[in-house]
Amino acid sequence: MFAYVVRRILATIPVMAVVALFVFSLLYVAPGDPAAVIAGDQATPDDVERIRQSLGLDRPYLVRFGAWVFDIMRGDLGVSIFTNLPVVTMIQQRIEPTLSLMVVTLILAVSIAVPMGVVAAWKVGTWMDRAVMGFAVLGFSVPVFVVGYLLAYVFALELDWLPVQGYTPFSQGFVPWFENLILPAIALGSVYIALIARITRATMLEVLQQDYIRTARAKGAGQPSILFLHALKNAAVPIVTVIGIGIALLIGGAVVTESVFAIPGLGRLTVDAILRRDYPVIQGVVLLFSFVYVLVNLVIDLLYTLFDPRIRY
Amino acid sequence: MDRRTFLNTGVGVAALGAAGGMPAPALSQGAAARTLRFVPQANLANFDPIWGTQYVVRNASAMVWDTLYGVDDKLEPKPQMVESDEVSSDGLTWTFKLRPQLRFHDGTPVLAKDVVASITRWMPRDPMGQMIRAILAEMTAVDDRTWKMVLRRPYSKMRFAFGKTNTPILFIMPERIARTDPFQQISEYVGSGPMRFVRDEWVPGAKSVFQKFDGYVPRNEQPSWLAGGKRINVDRVEWVVMPDPATAAAALQNGEVDWWENPISDLIPVMRRNRNIRVDIADPLGNIGSFRMNHLHAPFNSLKIRQAILMAMSQEDYMRALVGNDDALWKPLPGFFTPGTPSYTEAGGDILKGPRNIDAAKRLLAEGGYSGQPVICIVAQDQPITKTQGDVTADLLKRLGMNVDFVATDWGTVGQRRAMKNPPGQGGWSMFHTWHAGADCVNPASYNAIRANGDGAWFGWPNVPSVEQAVTEWFDAPDAAAERVAMDKLNREAISNVVYAPTGFFLGYTAWRSNVSGIQKGPLPFFWGVTKA
Repeated sequence: MFAYVVRRILATIPVMAVVALFVFSLLYVAPGDPAAVIAGDQATPDDVERIRQSLGLDRPYLVRFGAWVFDIMRGDLGVSIFTNLPVVTMIQQRIEPTLSLMVVTLILAVSIAVPMGVVAAWKVGTWMDRAVMGFAVLGFSVPVFVVGYLLAYVFALELDWLPVQGYTPFSQGFVPWFENLILPAIALGSVYIALIARITRATMLEVLQQDYIRTARAKGAGQPSILFLHALKNAAVPIVTVIGIGIALLIGGAVVTESVFAIPGLGRLTVDAILRRDYPVIQGVVLLFSFVYVLVNLVIDLLYTLFDPRIRY
Repeated sequence: MDRRTFLNTGVGVAALGAAGGMPAPALSQGAAARTLRFVPQANLANFDPIWGTQYVVRNASAMVWDTLYGVDDKLEPKPQMVESDEVSSDGLTWTFKLRPQLRFHDGTPVLAKDVVASITRWMPRDPMGQMIRAILAEMTAVDDRTWKMVLRRPYSKMRFAFGKTNTPILFIMPERIARTDPFQQISEYVGSGPMRFVRDEWVPGAKSVFQKFDGYVPRNEQPSWLAGGKRINVDRVEWVVMPDPATAAAALQNGEVDWWENPISDLIPVMRRNRNIRVDIADPLGNIGSFRMNHLHAPFNSLKIRQAILMAMSQEDYMRALVGNDDALWKPLPGFFTPGTPSYTEAGGDILKGPRNIDAAKRLLAEGGYSGQPVICIVAQDQPITKTQGDVTADLLKRLGMNVDFVATDWGTVGQRRAMKNPPGQGGWSMFHTWHAGADCVNPASYNAIRANGDGAWFGWPNVPSVEQAVTEWFDAPDAAAERVAMDKLNREAISNVVYAPTGFFLGYTAWRSNVSGIQKGPLPFFWGVTKA
């Protein structure tokens, strides 16, 4: 197992190299000019050119790529063209809100969606099943920002229970931290809940038809025991896979959610950087996201062994 | 049930239990009243007002760095850091003296050498600064508080140049910082103004914090724009960036922020209905919409084709698309200068008045030799003002029978592409939209978009010697009457040669909580004199 983990971690290096090459090349050929954004609307073409030169944006592709790769090898993601701050610092400033949002969303989504899916499979064909499936369709269909606006309107503006926007660091107390995350997590989690609930239901339906479930029933096992110990454990592999895939969904959804709720996270950092063509920041954040995604996949692969002892690495 | 009750009874109890009862910090009412939370128009992505000339950088910088002069609400430059000035009888030698007790935020005194270095860094980046640099024979610090500038020919707009509101403003920095190349970003933010920039709390894209600087000595006068006594009545100003207008509106209604710089007009009715919110025009000098054409290439290298655009365009269409049915927010603009200011003129503006004549415009297009060439409109979709104008233009050009190639893109790409002089079919462009702050268009001094000096002109590169002649006459005007004559001539020549097509004059609102007072109407948000109860 240990050798496998080491092998997988080492395998991330070529993946990251490909991502780095791809991202850098894509940004190089993409239209847009950070110098024009910096110079402002009233700047003359000469001003823009002088700024471009001072930023080194007039250097050839290979020179710029080589310098960037060299810096990365030394653990330096570069300096933002706009803020003059190290990209690492900017990521550090933004990682806690995004991580908090994703963790709360993940916990919320899994703790709601899995029981929903199990109940829907257990009561298949009843109103409970239809209600769960109806919610799942709704969750898939309504965009995150619409859910966000509705939640903010009802729970912040009308009822004044929760704040409209912002983020309070965990270090300033659990309550303000959690207060700021409830609505964004529900908004972001709606699609995720729908996805996990549907997969759980489908997988559970299949498992509940298996012979060993009939055997368990014949042995007199209670319904909760059948559902959660016998069936759910055997249905866990596809569910865990979907949860893993859904992390990418969360990363994408976080961009919108962070904008709607004005959370200073990595999603907004990415969008701002793209709109301004802040190349070092875009490259740094995309590399980070890629690394996280590779890591999540590794964790999911390792989790398989917990749920299915037949799987060995 | 309000938020506190809810948290105490339901989720809050559960959460506290889960967290082992961790207490939440609470700001006292006094502390909250001493912090003004402000939603700016954009993200403060950098903080060097000479290197980056975006308005948001200027607005933040005006809190942190002071100016030698300051333009007031009558557009007159008044001494600010300067105590007195003296001009020789031939107008060639200016001697300035600083006020005593001026200090930077690191405690060091503001000296004449700091001013000389700041002017030196500012000059290459500013159109008026470039004019001064071109005639500057000598600039030296005479003593700690006095510096002298010797010119080769008189320059009567010196005080205006040193106190204007449009970017880049001449802010005074310590000499060691001001020595930075004007095309390189500074990395140290030691100000001379009434507030300190709290760098440790700066999260670009999210939050910027400014703290009152106790060492600042305000003038003993009433504040008026950049002039007068800059007294800060709060301890902290927090800029909270909110990319989504609906979120900003909700946050203002909920009391989570105190002042929103530029609410969009769609949300104004909602805020007007809230008795805790005040709404008013933000800046009486407003903005001028611009339909900018490329004078280098067909079809807009033809004067008749450019004139056909003026003849056909309905400013009302553009303005209603921008501001809706709120007639208080727009005016037709048969000229290039800001309405309501001393220099405003409609001379030569008849082509933009009265009913629009599409048929006559079509005939003019044909006379101008238009034969179906693609008109490449580069339209930034991420800026509501440019997107809206672009949609109206696409419709107008199609009604004129022009072959529209509508390139929907973002502002970053427009910024790059508009600098390209290639023909439209080879990566260039035919037209783009933008807008100019009215404060920049009160006279030709810093109005880049009105200049028509070919390669040296703003994007589109109009080359019209008679326009340049009128600009020169305004700069050389010895008195207000002569300035007026020059302005009329300039407006007439710029319209008849269609330097660009003005799409109208429009205003914007600002909104704040009713417990905030002292907000001035002006071209930028002024924080001095603002009080929060």
